[in-house]
Amino acid sequence: MTKAKRKRLIYNIVTFAVVIGAYIIMQTMIANGSITRALKGQLIPICCWIVMAVSLNLVIGISGELSLGHAGFMSVGAFTGAVVSGYLLHALGMENEGLRLFISVTAGGITAGIAGVIIGVPVLRLRGDYLAIVTLAFGEIIRNIVNVTYIGVNGSDLIFSFLNKNAPEGTRMLVDGASGAVKVGKISTFTAGFILVMITLVVVLNLVNSRSGRAIKAIRDNRIAAESMGVPVTKYKMMAFVTAAVLAGMAGAIYGLNSSTVVPGQFTFNQSINVLVFVVLGGLGNVLGSVISATLLTVLPEVLRAFADYRMLVYAVVLILVMIFTNNPAIRALTDRMLAPVKRLFTGGKEEAA
Amino acid sequence: MTGQKRRSDTIMVPVPSYAIVPERDLGSQPVLEASHLGIEFGGLKAVEDFNMIIGRTEIAGLIGPNGAGKTTVFNLLTKVYEPTTGTVLINGKDTHGMNIVQASRLGIARTFQNIRLFGNMSVEDNVAIGLHNQIRYNMVEGILRLPRYWGAERRLHREALELLSIFDMQKLADVRAGSLPYGAQRRLEIVRALATNPSLLLLDEPAAGMNPHETEELMDNIIKIRDQFQIAIMLIEHDMNLVMGICEGICVLNYGRIIAKGTAEEIQNNPVVVEAYLGKRKEEAR
Repeated sequence: MTKAKRKRLIYNIVTFAVVIGAYIIMQTMIANGSITRALKGQLIPICCWIVMAVSLNLVIGISGELSLGHAGFMSVGAFTGAVVSGYLLHALGMENEGLRLFISVTAGGITAGIAGVIIGVPVLRLRGDYLAIVTLAFGEIIRNIVNVTYIGVNGSDLIFSFLNKNAPEGTRMLVDGASGAVKVGKISTFTAGFILVMITLVVVLNLVNSRSGRAIKAIRDNRIAAESMGVPVTKYKMMAFVTAAVLAGMAGAIYGLNSSTVVPGQFTFNQSINVLVFVVLGGLGNVLGSVISATLLTVLPEVLRAFADYRMLVYAVVLILVMIFTNNPAIRALTDRMLAPVKRLFTGGKEEAA
Repeated sequence: MTGQKRRSDTIMVPVPSYAIVPERDLGSQPVLEASHLGIEFGGLKAVEDFNMIIGRTEIAGLIGPNGAGKTTVFNLLTKVYEPTTGTVLINGKDTHGMNIVQASRLGIARTFQNIRLFGNMSVEDNVAIGLHNQIRYNMVEGILRLPRYWGAERRLHREALELLSIFDMQKLADVRAGSLPYGAQRRLEIVRALATNPSLLLLDEPAAGMNPHETEELMDNIIKIRDQFQIAIMLIEHDMNLVMGICEGICVLNYGRIIAKGTAEEIQNNPVVVEAYLGKRKEEAR
């Protein structure tokens, strides 16, 4: 095995080990009751935000396109999940929560993927920052569409209307316009979230280290050169973008099915920027970094709840400090030097090639 | 070793449209036929009435003063630009309306004047991108690590190292391409282009930034590549030692127009070329 391959393998093993380790620790803590209520409530959202961050990293870090509407895909997934789950329960009487969750999450992924294709086909053919602008608009458009969408179930019929409710008597509303999806029913579990995180990691890490992933990275590094090597640019940009959309949709479905109500206002531009912050702080193209930063930055606001009014201030200061520290060459050199013995341990005594 | 020896006394014979190809390539279809090729950028005729035929195993040179339009010709041939006039046939197929990727699949590969490597990827991965259309498996096979993935990756690794061995670069396979020294980056670009299995290889100033010793090595390697892969090579170069040493047919460009075509001797003794490119002779200038 070559040095580069061994390095990559170690990185992947560490990533999976961190996630699996965290899951086991959390499960043990839940089992012996030593976990706080606040943290327990955060577990599923953490899983969702990890998936969001890792999938956005695929778009931004690996394929080098800026997407500012990742929460839009999450929204699509969340509402699809709510509708599918509600329909399965009320119209088809499916009581099995696990199966219902599985179907809802899959459906959420599919619809978000379709949305990704619809946006990607026209936009990814262009060069430059068009994707950022269009995805930014997409997030807002989705929010406004959901605001005026009414979906209900009456018997075994699915009732769908725009702008006004227009539903016959006895209809059970699944998506009720601006009030969002109500009485969704909490069927998400921590294990389901963990499985989705694992799927995301397998998909993203294996994709990156495959023929397709190399093509995606090559386009990022130099589009013209990649084209003249015969790499179809649009196809591979689409691949990265749609894969990320599907994963975001699945995360959205789990997120939506974790609370009793989902409102469209939850998935705003601010949320997209939040996920972008996870990605940038974790390091562009660094999957493990995204996992860690998504976790910490989801927990941090809750921990800072005690500071009430100063919460956002402290949050901002922490962000700035992390950025300064991770980008400072002197501090980087110091941490590299401290980590050198550990690295030597892994690389079998051979010095790293710069 | 002198340049004359390298050129191995190729006999160049005239073919229609005022082009010449090596005698040994007469029986086979030319790799490239460009006729009346031209492009305008907002009224500026960057290249005009460019005609050229390259034989199947020819080493052709494209020279000319700075700004003569040499790189523009490469960009026209590889479809970076769509020509305003004229046609380009690669292996007999018209490239009209094609994009860069389609042209590449017809068998044309190039290097760039300002190096365009995939700087954040390893040397081996750069070559693997060149092999992208040679060794294939799809996204699902890659994600699920199906048997085809492992087989293809093993083949990729083997072939990448084999190609790198042309320039003795196997040891550098794991190095980040962006951190290679300049000369090695130029060589890697050639390897990467070769990996696409082209029938015509375009080299844009391959010897730029190389010292005389490296240039000598490069000349030997270009001939080695031609002989080993049996492909045509067209190069833009300012190093006259290299051009006159290995190019069989040479084409001189000035202000977007061809001003002379011929063998090295003919070009060297052509007064128009000498005046336009190498400057006026001292005695004439006086």
